[in-house]
Amino acid sequence: MKRRSFVQASLALGSFGALGSMVGCASVGRVPEKARVVVVGGGYGGATAAKYVRMLSDYKIDVTLIEPMGEFVSCPISNLVIGGSKTMADITTPYDKLSGKHGVNIVRDYVASVDPAKKTVTLASGPTIRYDKLVMSPGIDLMFNTIEGLKEAQSSGQILQAWKAGPETMALRKQLESMDDGGVYAITIPEAPYRCPPGPYERASQVAHYFKQHKPKSKVLILDANQDVTSKGPLFKKFWADNYKGILEYMPQHKVMAVDAKTNTLKFDVQNDVKANVLNVLPAMRAGGIAVQSNLANVNSRWCGVHYQTFESTQAKDIHVIGDSIMLAPLMPKSGHMANSHGKVTAAAIVAQLSDMPVNPAPFLSNTCYSFVNDKLVVHVASVHQYDAKDKTYKTVPGSGGVSPAPNELEGIYAWNWAQNIWADSLM
Amino acid sequence: MKTNTQQVVRTLSAVAMTLGMFATAHAQDKTTQLHNRATAAMCANCHGTDGRTTEGSAIPSLVGMPKEYHVLQMQAFKNGTRPATVMHQITKGLTDAQIDTIASYYATTKR
Repeated sequence: MKRRSFVQASLALGSFGALGSMVGCASVGRVPEKARVVVVGGGYGGATAAKYVRMLSDYKIDVTLIEPMGEFVSCPISNLVIGGSKTMADITTPYDKLSGKHGVNIVRDYVASVDPAKKTVTLASGPTIRYDKLVMSPGIDLMFNTIEGLKEAQSSGQILQAWKAGPETMALRKQLESMDDGGVYAITIPEAPYRCPPGPYERASQVAHYFKQHKPKSKVLILDANQDVTSKGPLFKKFWADNYKGILEYMPQHKVMAVDAKTNTLKFDVQNDVKANVLNVLPAMRAGGIAVQSNLANVNSRWCGVHYQTFESTQAKDIHVIGDSIMLAPLMPKSGHMANSHGKVTAAAIVAQLSDMPVNPAPFLSNTCYSFVNDKLVVHVASVHQYDAKDKTYKTVPGSGGVSPAPNELEGIYAWNWAQNIWADSLM
Repeated sequence: MKTNTQQVVRTLSAVAMTLGMFATAHAQDKTTQLHNRATAAMCANCHGTDGRTTEGSAIPSLVGMPKEYHVLQMQAFKNGTRPATVMHQITKGLTDAQIDTIASYYATTKR
């Protein structure tokens, strides 16, 4: 169930049907009246911020993390589940270490509202928690309403996004498995910025790899609203030409306007209609619903502006926004690794502020993003972002960062180890 | 008597000043420590929290790595004498002071 519809349903029903069963879980923490730090969202950003506020304060500052899901399912590596070389279990990590080892109080719920003036968060189940500092890390919302017919096709389970890893990841895999050989899988990409720039191209590569092994008469179509591949372009395009010729076709400047679920057809603003057997439509994205609803998305009503040194919202004092929800500094990607980095800079800033210490005047962020082009070969993009105090933003250092020279197996090993280490660093 | 009082006042104020300096130095230490830990944490995404990688990781652990060795490796990545998949690109984005901070931090961590 989607966050918004769940919240609405919960509010309408007084919320005790669905939540009642959730609260029965053993890992659920108590709901405190007050926590010094409240974190909303247990993804790469929020979980890391929660853990590092605990660690960097020598476990003196109490943290309550509000997260509706019982376990963490990673978006990075989820394309390999769709491609068939990894399982859901491989990309799932429980939250028990965050509570057991680090003393983060985890409340399993949705947030219904935030009151920045009173400094309170109200849960979908009713109680209100006061905070000194709030970290908002709600990820992204997919704007289904921007494509005609998509919302209905999406809720019926016919046209999937699988961009938030979870049940849809496996559902998309099942659609591909049950498709006849000779069928067509089409993925559509919204205009940047969106979560995980190279992700759609990695996913298309994974599906092409699967087809090549098991359904060689099938086709992959990439219908991209952008002018060209938005990340690792030359690397992807060379690999596709060398390995997926006749299977994978890349079509830029294809902006989806509507879907016809009856005929499984995509309609574009300019180009001809495209029909496919499996449609994977990624609509435009914006900051997670609770951030938008709390008026924190003050950039084009889509992304949350922040003061980059501390990630404090430009809209509300003592609310820090991190991860995919923020308005990015130049050349900064919306990625799990970047969200983890945001979480640490923010945790350090919060610990400093709550301890009457000066905030780090020169923080930096790093990002490494690996993409699998088949089940073993990988390409990366890496960057370092130093805070510029004069311009109050992050800038990449000239000469630093870059991509792999070519897909290679060594980075395939590193990519999988990166995943395991960042899951542990964020959650364990 | 007057002299004694003045002496006592002088001594007390000296003690107070010294204590104040200690307090300031202590606060500065705490601040630097916090900033350095946060800086070193930027490596943890790949190299594990406090430099401890997961079991069987091909990415090396940094915990307890001797400082001189760590700095040499980072500089070798930075100037291109040690080949790498990503570290040459990452180290070129770090200042020498940041490399020093990172290496100092991991040298003090224990297995």
